[in-house]
Amino acid sequence: MAVATSGTTTMNNVEAVRHTLYEALKADDRTLILGEDVGARGNVFLITKGFIEEFGPERIIDTPLAEASIAGVAIGMAMEGLRPIAEIQFADFIYPAFNQIVGEAAKTRYRSNGDYTCPLVIRTPYGGGIRGALSHSVSIEALFYHVPGLKIVAPSFPADMKGLLNAAIDDPDPVLFLEHKKTYRLVKGEVPQGHYTIPIGKADVKREGDRLTVVSYGFYIHQALEAAAQLAGEGMDVEVIDLRSIRPMDRTTILASVRKTRKLLIIHEDNKFGGIGAEISAMVVEDAFFDLDAPIRRLCGPDVPAMGYALSLEEAFMIPVPRMAEAMREMVNF
Amino acid sequence: MPKATASVQTLLDNERLLTLLRNMLVQRAVDTRGFQLNRQGKIAIAMGSEGHEAVQAGTGLAFQRGKDLLYPYYRNTGLILACGFPLADVFRSQFARATDRTGGRNIINHITARDLGIASLSSIIASQCTHAVGAAYAVKLRKEPDRAVFCQFGDGATSEGEWHEAVNFAAVARLPVIFLCENNRWAISTPQAKQMVVEDVASRAHGYGIPGTVVDGFDPVAVYEAVAAARERAVSGDGPTIVEAKCYRFLSHTTDDDDRTYRSREEVERQRELDPVPRFARKLIDAETIDEAGVEQMRREIATLVNATTDEIETEPGPSADTLYGNVYAGSHEPWCVWETEAL
Ligand SMILES: Cc1ncc(C[n+]2csc(CCOP(=O)(O)OP(=O)(O)O)c2C)c(N)n1
Ligand SMILES: [Mg+2]
Repeated sequence: MAVATSGTTTMNNVEAVRHTLYEALKADDRTLILGEDVGARGNVFLITKGFIEEFGPERIIDTPLAEASIAGVAIGMAMEGLRPIAEIQFADFIYPAFNQIVGEAAKTRYRSNGDYTCPLVIRTPYGGGIRGALSHSVSIEALFYHVPGLKIVAPSFPADMKGLLNAAIDDPDPVLFLEHKKTYRLVKGEVPQGHYTIPIGKADVKREGDRLTVVSYGFYIHQALEAAAQLAGEGMDVEVIDLRSIRPMDRTTILASVRKTRKLLIIHEDNKFGGIGAEISAMVVEDAFFDLDAPIRRLCGPDVPAMGYALSLEEAFMIPVPRMAEAMREMVNF
Repeated sequence: MPKATASVQTLLDNERLLTLLRNMLVQRAVDTRGFQLNRQGKIAIAMGSEGHEAVQAGTGLAFQRGKDLLYPYYRNTGLILACGFPLADVFRSQFARATDRTGGRNIINHITARDLGIASLSSIIASQCTHAVGAAYAVKLRKEPDRAVFCQFGDGATSEGEWHEAVNFAAVARLPVIFLCENNRWAISTPQAKQMVVEDVASRAHGYGIPGTVVDGFDPVAVYEAVAAARERAVSGDGPTIVEAKCYRFLSHTTDDDDRTYRSREEVERQRELDPVPRFARKLIDAETIDEAGVEQMRREIATLVNATTDEIETEPGPSADTLYGNVYAGSHEPWCVWETEAL
């Protein structure tokens, strides 16, 4: 992490995203934001509040309510040299844009053999635990991470939000930038001042340990760290890796950790079947099978179509800290 | 629905009339050659635009090279040629040679030419329409004067939601786009009547608060006039226009299709009688813009050029398998599902 100016500011994730977008708009005329209600309302989470007054409606674009065109128009802008940052209001509404993201953005460079490129960021809030019910809680990363040509990041610490959002904006290829909405105001942290980037594809060891490797991301990385702190109190040092980038995935960091701890637990909110954990465990089995002392375990969202609205149903979907701690204990003691 | 009309004599000078004719003859020759090459087993598929020559020649004449941007669809061989795309590169695409601008990746007619303002396209129907709108947004934001974006598509494409989203977005933002529907009455085997209940695609423009024009797509001068008017509107800041050129698809959808299974020979023959290529040649002969011998000579020159070009391209090598991983991401020539981060 290159830090231009010394000093930090305390921010939550909303503030970190807002601050980074603001600086990007100031720094480069080619940058613009388009999406539903990003103008006068300033986005439903107030991330872009006040931007339209400062940068004007030409660069802070309240689009018609039509996600395929939000993505598609942003692609055309990117093809013609602008640096669009498109917003899908909630990840649950990205499906109409799937064609444009998977069929077009991810393939623009490849199908034109580099004649056209698609330097585009698509930001979207995802994830549950906020009583959002079926259509305001989904995780979408597994639907997209299969796709070569796309990059996907899901940071959830304010300093990572800034560094990875800057990297996404600078990136010459399309990046899906996932923001876990439960962390928006819940998670606060120190954010370095000045412009810096964090390389896309680099995970971060948030806590070191030698008894077990835990890989997670999003809201659950915070819970996993809480659980790991409990285990430390019990004399068990667990290593916790924040994946941060989903595609490309940081093989080096994961394998190095597993070779040290010899055990792997993957925790994610998205459901288990075909999820991110499936790829991580396949990778570890392919490359570090003989280093493992225990079966890999995945602690994931249940394989149901969506998160229910009733508190009891939401709680049944989400994995609380004690369950994470219990799984960690079982793995350490295996 | 306003109908655009134009008379050969009054509108264009001889040079431009002959440009139109030449472009139409080239299109026909390229199509014919493509179908031959496919029958000879030399190219995997061919896709013709026979019946679209007048639309594409007229549109190409309205396109201002070095200024305008073209977001084409797959049935646009004549149009890209009219916009300056090299003939040799058309056949490099057909033969999927290493020298093809997409490196032999994209299927025939799916070309790319950023240097000429001609966008890369996929085969996903109507998906280019929102890209054209985004491009037009860039043009407007940067206040680039006298520059318009041409967005091409078929009649079937206008059933896609993305088409409607694109038109609406462009209308709301008053963008410099020309939405040009090449209505050949068919979408593979589906006739227009099963695609929509309206008679004119252009009538949908009213729903978006923009003008729509219907033009005889067998008359290149009428097409030129309608597109040039839409372009004028676009560059004046008045927003987009839908221009619908009524034409016909004389051939099967591609060489993989057999149109005898779904449409009558009588219908095709009736349309063939209106074939825009000999009709326009005849019009120019009658107007003494060119004589019969002149047309014949033009035809022969084009045939010679097309044959020489294909003979040459045929000898060029295909892309090496090593190119498989190039241009997945910037600078990457590796599978990128995972990343080794020691190097970072
Ligand atoms: C989204 C999508 N659906 C289906 C197809 C298959 N397909 C290719 S061409 C075509 C018909 C298109 O008709 P039209 O838009 O009228 O263009 P034309 O081929 O007649 O010029 C279809 C259905 C496709 N390429 N993309
Ligand atoms: Mg058609």
